[in-house]
Amino acid sequence: MAGLRAIGLRNRPAAGTVCRFPEDPGPCLMTTAERIFKSLRRNGLAAIPTVLVIVVLNFFLLKLAPGDAADVMAGESGAATEELMRQLRARFGLDLPVLGQLQAYLGGLAQGSLGFSPRYNMPVTDLILQRLPRTLTLMGFSLSIAIALGLLAGTVMALNAGRWPDRVLSVLTLLLYSVPGFWIGLMLIVLFSIKLGWLPSGGSETIASGRTGFDLFVDRLRHMILPALTLALFYVAVYARLTRAAVMEVAEQDYVRTARAKGLSAFAVGSRHVLRNALLPVTTLAGMHIGGILGGAVVVETVYSWPGLGRLAFEAVLRRDYNVLLGVLLLSSVLVILANMIVDMLQAWLDPRIEVR
Amino acid sequence: MSLALDTPASPVAAMRPRALRAFLRNPAGVISLGFLLVLFAMALAAPTLYPEDPLSMVARPFLWPGQNPAYPLGTDSLGRDVAAGVVWGARISLLVGFSAMALGVTLGLVVGSLAGYFGGRVDDVLVKVIEIFQTPPNFVLLVVLVAIAQPSVSTVIFAIAAVTWPTTARLMRAEFRALRSKDFVVAARGLGYGHARIIVREILPNALPPLIVTSSVLVATAILMESALSFLGLSDPNVVSWGSMIGAGRELLRTAWFLSAVPGVAIVLTVLALNLLGDALNDALNPRVSGAR
Amino acid sequence: MKAGPVDASSPLLDVRDLTIAFGDTVRVRDLSFSVREAETVAIVGESGSGKSLTGLALMRLLPRSARIAGGAMAFMGRDLAVIDEPELRRLRGREIAMIFQEPMTSLNPVLTIGAQIAEVVTLHEGLSRSAARRRAIELLDRVRVPDPARRVDDYPHRLSGGMRQRVMIAMAVACGPRLLIADEPTTALDVTIQAQVLDLLDGLRRDLSMGLILVTHDLGVVGQWADRVVVMYAGTKVEEAPPGPVFADPRHPYTAGLLAASPRVGGGRSYRSGPLPEIPGNIASAVDEAGCSFAPRCPHAIASCRLARPPLVRVGEDRVAACPVVNVAEPAP
Repeated sequence: MAGLRAIGLRNRPAAGTVCRFPEDPGPCLMTTAERIFKSLRRNGLAAIPTVLVIVVLNFFLLKLAPGDAADVMAGESGAATEELMRQLRARFGLDLPVLGQLQAYLGGLAQGSLGFSPRYNMPVTDLILQRLPRTLTLMGFSLSIAIALGLLAGTVMALNAGRWPDRVLSVLTLLLYSVPGFWIGLMLIVLFSIKLGWLPSGGSETIASGRTGFDLFVDRLRHMILPALTLALFYVAVYARLTRAAVMEVAEQDYVRTARAKGLSAFAVGSRHVLRNALLPVTTLAGMHIGGILGGAVVVETVYSWPGLGRLAFEAVLRRDYNVLLGVLLLSSVLVILANMIVDMLQAWLDPRIEVR
Repeated sequence: MSLALDTPASPVAAMRPRALRAFLRNPAGVISLGFLLVLFAMALAAPTLYPEDPLSMVARPFLWPGQNPAYPLGTDSLGRDVAAGVVWGARISLLVGFSAMALGVTLGLVVGSLAGYFGGRVDDVLVKVIEIFQTPPNFVLLVVLVAIAQPSVSTVIFAIAAVTWPTTARLMRAEFRALRSKDFVVAARGLGYGHARIIVREILPNALPPLIVTSSVLVATAILMESALSFLGLSDPNVVSWGSMIGAGRELLRTAWFLSAVPGVAIVLTVLALNLLGDALNDALNPRVSGAR
Repeated sequence: MKAGPVDASSPLLDVRDLTIAFGDTVRVRDLSFSVREAETVAIVGESGSGKSLTGLALMRLLPRSARIAGGAMAFMGRDLAVIDEPELRRLRGREIAMIFQEPMTSLNPVLTIGAQIAEVVTLHEGLSRSAARRRAIELLDRVRVPDPARRVDDYPHRLSGGMRQRVMIAMAVACGPRLLIADEPTTALDVTIQAQVLDLLDGLRRDLSMGLILVTHDLGVVGQWADRVVVMYAGTKVEEAPPGPVFADPRHPYTAGLLAASPRVGGGRSYRSGPLPEIPGNIASAVDEAGCSFAPRCPHAIASCRLARPPLVRVGEDRVAACPVVNVAEPAP
């Protein structure tokens, strides 16, 4: 949290270049679309070496794992002769020297292949892509809850700074900071599923219920509420604290006084002038949290038997299926990079001061 | 030496007593510190308090908390004393929390101070390394590392340090960058001191306050990570930890939810205390932020 | 430039005994002045004199810790000190407008200047989006921003300080206010831009025949653009008069000191004629002094100055001052 404090507001983008109008009216005009495109190109280029290094590290981690795919398959089949093992190794290219294997791994990756999972008896890429949408849905829902509740709580705290709503919410956010996600997940199950019976305790939909259309949608939503809330709670606390600080800082700015001098209502001043600016640091941080939320999904999906990427990682650990495990690691790294690019674009859209950098 | 008198003073020396007084005025910080000290004492005294192996059966299973005064926190499905588990679990949580923090902070401090102090090429390379370590989701990387290295207390410690050091590194890099051009550092350089001396004797003491605050929060993070790992079964199966107790209680949520609730409360209180301590330290060591305006 | 003979009709704004306090600390005490239609009144003083607070109080934009502790501010048949929030919002931006000292920070960085100007006219005149935009372009043209049709879509950070202040002025006069409060409008600007901006304000005052309150510490500004000067020291008015007589014959020791310390006005003194004399001491807090708050720094102070606050007395046609030592009071008419 101290980290957050340190990053928080200092991370605000500095004002871009100020044109000494009217001497040079032309070249610095840049539309929103251009700003977004620029940010995309810059980040895309910067991400390439990072991804490459992560891929190579991923490969060596895979090599460090105890046992290889052949061992796993041999274990599956019960008994295996030396001859069968050799055949298996040859089939997966495991008899090549390490550099040759790396080359094969990179070649496979270039074709979108992350290897084969003997346990699931299907290509790792297919397996991951099959699980990915559920995790993305959960994360998206969760992040929306976190941002909505966080902005709300943070604004309430800022407006009542020092008074009792602020104090109560401050204590609450500190508590949320300190609660392990998996534990609050279990406690929510105890309360809402076991004691109250309001919401299902696991899975992503009622199995074999034959629901369709809107009924199915509601059923899935009901299954998603608890896991999404569990995943969101920590970030609610993060955004609430950050929003509180940002709103209080922005509210002191001269342009807010200008807005009030125009005769705008408190609501218009708050939404158009204060919140719009306070959102900038919040979006920066939201991007930085994608990785954290993905990590949290491993635990939360396990608690709620949610058939996503996190649950897949957990199953892969239990089954010693390292191809799958490292595939998840690689894909989640790529997701983080993509998320950061999206956030940078969002920033370029929200903050006109971000131009050439 | 008269020379020293002319050297601009490093600002940190004068603030220690003031920071201590500020800390002592913060009730949340003092209570948290007290709680942590009691927890430490309890963890150290575990072999005396509960000489039995916490994994051994001592009473009737499924005693609810308060049902039998000898087992104030109840017993689990195998008749193991939950209170004994909590006390023994504290040993693991604190051991992992503090060791992983120490290891990660040391690594982060070395990398961050070198990057921040030297700048230029060194900085470019180290920043890239930090970035690479920060890209994969922390917890996913942690799970991969522990799974590959096989779970044990020491692999868990190393793995947590491996995923948390970039936080410290970034913080220290920023501090060293800011401090390296300050008067007292320039003066030290003017006196001909070597890089090592300037880093360790001149800059480091002034970069300590934020490091101390981060350390406290990193212990909390490490404890949360350890508990999540052992909840998932990625821990040494032969030692009791709070996370593994919650994991074991999970199957019995419907009948005996206290088995998961009790160790969870222990985690929450410990982590809360560490966070509050971090806040209090921040306020005490960082008057710019805490100053009422 | 100056308005002709002051008409005798009732003033546009009549401030009586305004008192502003931070907690128990009084920062402006019993301030009275008035502004007539199309008249420029300058409020002059050092920082800390309460001049900016007075401007903010008229808009009811005082910092949260400050409050209006007494007095009345009559404006168009209402008392600005007591009207409720909805009424206040109807006046702000439409009947009374304000521009601020810091053009660099007074505009919202994430909205185009066009959107920020349009906001006022949409709010008070209910214009449609496109009509508001057209009005914004007209207004930019009126405050002499070049190429307004293109600039209207610019964000504030692309504009220089002078241009931003023009945008602030465009926003302020968008609805044709009766009264404009300009709080140090040129302090943050380059000297070369200052006169342009003040000329612009003065032209708008004449065209819209609005009252203009010019809050400033710069006596040069006062001499050239004001019809009347209110000199404030430590929260109280110490002298009020038209600028000519003030410069020729200040009737309060503080005004005299201020003139002597000012390079451009004040008795033919220029940069080259030696160091500027400073007024000794610091601005006093208005609260602790039982007597004249300037007494501790005053070269003419006598014992009685420290006992009771000297009253404002008429010291000539259309002028008052609060110093019994320098002035022998004329009987009030």
